[in-house]
Amino acid sequence: MIRLRTVLVGLVLLTLPASGLAAPAGQPIRIGGTLALTGPLAPTALLHKIAGEIYVEELNRGNGLLGRPVEWVLLDDQSKPDVTRSLYEKLITVDKVDLIIGPYATSGILAGMGVAQRYQKLYVHHSFGMPHLAKYEMHFPTAAFGPEPQRTIPTTVLDALAATTKPPKTIAIVTSKFPSAQYQSSGAREVAEKRGLKVVLYLEYEFGTRDWGSLAARVKDANPDVLWVGALGLDGNQLLEAMKKLDYTPPRHFHLFPAPGPLALAPDGKQALSVTVFEEHPPFTNNPGAAKLIPLFRERATKANVPYPYVETQVAGSWAAWQVLEAAVTATKSLDDKTLGQWLRKNRVDTIIGKLRFDGPNNYGDDLFKVKQVQDGRWVIVWPRESAAPGARLLPP
Amino acid sequence: MPSATLLGQSVVSGLLAGGLYGLLALGLSLSWGLLRLVNLTHFALALLGAYLTYQLGHVLHVPPWLAAAAIVPAFFALGVALHAVFAYFRVAEFASLLVTFGLAVILESMIQWFWTADYRRYETAYATASIRVGPLFVPTLELLACLTAAVLAFATWAWLRWSYVGKALRASAEDPAMAAAFGVNHRAQAFLLSGVSAAYAGIAGVYIALIATLAPSQIWAWLGVVFAVVIIGGLANPIGALLAGFLIGVSESLTMAVVTPAWAPLVSFSILIVILVVRPGRV
Repeated sequence: MIRLRTVLVGLVLLTLPASGLAAPAGQPIRIGGTLALTGPLAPTALLHKIAGEIYVEELNRGNGLLGRPVEWVLLDDQSKPDVTRSLYEKLITVDKVDLIIGPYATSGILAGMGVAQRYQKLYVHHSFGMPHLAKYEMHFPTAAFGPEPQRTIPTTVLDALAATTKPPKTIAIVTSKFPSAQYQSSGAREVAEKRGLKVVLYLEYEFGTRDWGSLAARVKDANPDVLWVGALGLDGNQLLEAMKKLDYTPPRHFHLFPAPGPLALAPDGKQALSVTVFEEHPPFTNNPGAAKLIPLFRERATKANVPYPYVETQVAGSWAAWQVLEAAVTATKSLDDKTLGQWLRKNRVDTIIGKLRFDGPNNYGDDLFKVKQVQDGRWVIVWPRESAAPGARLLPP
Repeated sequence: MPSATLLGQSVVSGLLAGGLYGLLALGLSLSWGLLRLVNLTHFALALLGAYLTYQLGHVLHVPPWLAAAAIVPAFFALGVALHAVFAYFRVAEFASLLVTFGLAVILESMIQWFWTADYRRYETAYATASIRVGPLFVPTLELLACLTAAVLAFATWAWLRWSYVGKALRASAEDPAMAAAFGVNHRAQAFLLSGVSAAYAGIAGVYIALIATLAPSQIWAWLGVVFAVVIIGGLANPIGALLAGFLIGVSESLTMAVVTPAWAPLVSFSILIVILVVRPGRV
């Protein structure tokens, strides 16, 4: 008798999808977007691609959106803003997608924003670093910098350093001229000076610089207590290596937008600092969405030969963007961009990176960024203390 | 005011960077000057050589010198094969720019397809090794690259100057009909030269893998400065390419040390413009 009941229950479970709801049916909801699948931004954009693919698959494994399957129409913008602009134009006017979602990185997002504004499309994006330029009323960022990252990010970082037993007295700032990096790094200079730190060096280099020897020599000559590297991708790694060749390592070094894996795994990346909205440890992993995403991302990223297959700030920001889009569509039962936008302005959305609000200046809410550090080959949050990984603290203390 | 140590270190960095520029420029200068083929595939071959060095070293644990021993003959053969295509379709100078650009894009896509767009770094125990000379540090790998560039530049110069093949190549470049009348088999020598140029690209690739971080889009990062080196150094002038590499490397490096890094490309291309204005017959 027990055996029969077990079999019957099993049969019933097998015939139902995991969510207990009917599989999505009907015409797919097409969400268009671009990513830097090629070009210098591609390594980080790959993380966004994987996150997006998993999200869409999970949506379709459940009830889709409004009971309909979701199709992500993804195009390659080659890391070029001009290509991004043309592709968003194509997605909206030729492919006639129902919704759009933003690309990776500030330049591309800004280029796409102009197109979104022209066609009054809802524009959710995940990696925009210059909030003061985001004037479009229907843009919604999940890069939770807050409206003044050029002030709040350096403040958070310098607060963390000030809490150590040997707070820095001098700072060297070396930054890429990539717009968001330059913007936030110039803010770091102002914040540092206001806090009484001496800025012993301020250098800007072209995005794509090959020769790191001279930059390294200048940093060594300046000999700062802390080095701020306004870098994207592997710039920070290359600078650290060039300094090592001169037998020099700065006492502390901070990297603004590094490719997370390579810096964590590099021999010179020990105790590197950066900022993040998510890392794979409590309290962040207590979020049910995170618990679901982490193993899925690990599997997919490992298969794609991503050297650091862990969910971190880029992946989490991307996931949050999809969560915001899904929340708005589900709540309003609509695909109308204006309706979705109005809902988002008035409501908070629970995401993997926290509760996001969009009612501040330029639709920005709170600065949710925390300081993380490479310890034993992994990124762990070290500041503020309430968000730190269990037992972790900024090293050296 | 920058310190003497900083200036000295910048000169060292510049010379070493210039050596790598010269190494990259060598093959391009030879094929452009002697075969009248502007071979943009050269850059893609260099990067392919870098990725193969990475793959052999990082995945199969083959030491770089052994990887080079395999890459050089393989790239020689590849260069010969490429030239066979150019010869078959009678690709002329201007057309070579377009054809080789297309081939470079294809190679870039193949590299990305196999190795993905993710950054690759060939970590070695000696990646950050350097030799201390007073207050200055000379990174070992960059020094090796520079010395290799110098040896190859002088060896190539000697080959072109004193060997029969070298003289025949120069004669064919100057006056193909007359050279043929004297029994110079330009066709055969063109294949040889293409193979040598491609082999030089492979050698440059080995050093790029050891020194730099790899990404498929890097093909284009070197293009501008190496073109400047080739033109400033003079076509088919191996020692000229080396010296031009040093000139550009040092001027970029000093600019970065004294002024600002963002001005470095301005300096190298300004030198190019001045030289082209003063000596327009260089191309």
